[in-house]
Amino acid sequence: MQARLLATDIACLRGERLLFRKLGLEVRAGEMLQVRGPNGIGKSSLLRILAGLARPFAGTIERSGEIGLMDGRHALDSDRTLGDALAFWARLDGCADTARPMARLGIDTLADIPTGYLSTGQKQRAVIARLLFRARPIWLLDEPFAGLDTASQTLLAELVDEHCGAGGLCVFVSHQPVDLPARTLELSDYAA
Amino acid sequence: MRAFATLLRRDLAILLPGGSRGSAFLPLIFFLLVAVLFPFAVGPEPSLLARTGGGVLWVAALLASILPLDRLVAADREAGVFDQLRLRGVSEEVAMTARLLAHWLSFGPLILIATLPAAALLSLTGDTFWRLFVSLLAGTPGLAAIGLITSALLASLRGGTALAGLMLAPVAVPLVIFGAGHLARDDISGALFAAAFSLVLCAIAPFAAAAAIRAARD
Repeated sequence: MQARLLATDIACLRGERLLFRKLGLEVRAGEMLQVRGPNGIGKSSLLRILAGLARPFAGTIERSGEIGLMDGRHALDSDRTLGDALAFWARLDGCADTARPMARLGIDTLADIPTGYLSTGQKQRAVIARLLFRARPIWLLDEPFAGLDTASQTLLAELVDEHCGAGGLCVFVSHQPVDLPARTLELSDYAA
Repeated sequence: MRAFATLLRRDLAILLPGGSRGSAFLPLIFFLLVAVLFPFAVGPEPSLLARTGGGVLWVAALLASILPLDRLVAADREAGVFDQLRLRGVSEEVAMTARLLAHWLSFGPLILIATLPAAALLSLTGDTFWRLFVSLLAGTPGLAAIGLITSALLASLRGGTALAGLMLAPVAVPLVIFGAGHLARDDISGALFAAAFSLVLCAIAPFAAAAAIRAARD
């Protein structure tokens, strides 16, 4: 089954405010889409709707393939060590080898440190490592480059590129220009 | 099933004494403090203490069970744990069942053990002690269930703990009536009623708490 993400005519209502409407997008296997737009336009809400964590006010979403989500919240136990916190997710993901993804992101040396002591960028890298625990075709990344140093930004771009090359697809929110062959979606075009 | 075991392992690692959220001994200390302070307040007369002590310990157990509610669900909600679980096909119901079990294990057994020194401090008779022990064994799972539901309901509110007490207490009244009622009666009916109430609450709690988490998700 080919990975695919299709949204038709979706609208997003937050509180009493309609954020965007009549938004349609299709991302196929191997494609990447960068979502842009000013603060508060509903980029994170769009990702949550695409992930199925929020219901759109109108419209339909079709997805084929498992979803890997990276949002602003790291979902790692801040008072356990990074190794333990990641091991929990690895067990759920059925991933036997956490050492490789952790080494790739350069966090293998941090395994004994409580997650709460890590910097934003280090936690961000741990979350990226978790994405690699299991092959999930649909990647939804909310501001994945924020907080990362230059080397890690390059690495993440590489990983996204590899992911899409291997038949995955990726939708990411980012303000900065990214060195990736991604189409862009300007969310303000759909503002209500 | 494997997911449930994984969840339970994590919940226990976080909630049990020595676990990382580190408040596991609070209910125990609170419970014992009540047993220590009560004789100072009402006077050391053994017959008075023996008559009222069991009921006081029941109320102490109820109030002690409120203490861990603060971060029971809220921390995971803020960190996005439930969203990540959902994307992995783990329902909120499964997560809340594991949480309920871990929550009871984190304070129930400790309070049951502490009943012995507490009973000694309040000069309860051996018979009353056993009745208290049995009724607390029957009632504390119910307290854990009510606690989980309130904690999930209040997870999106800041500083919900004080509210948790207000919400938990009225629902827990039947548990106290039957549980503490068992102390005064010769038969086992009070404890059985408390146990029945606990079972019903434990059956409802994972679903109610899961619904609360889903409703709070925007």
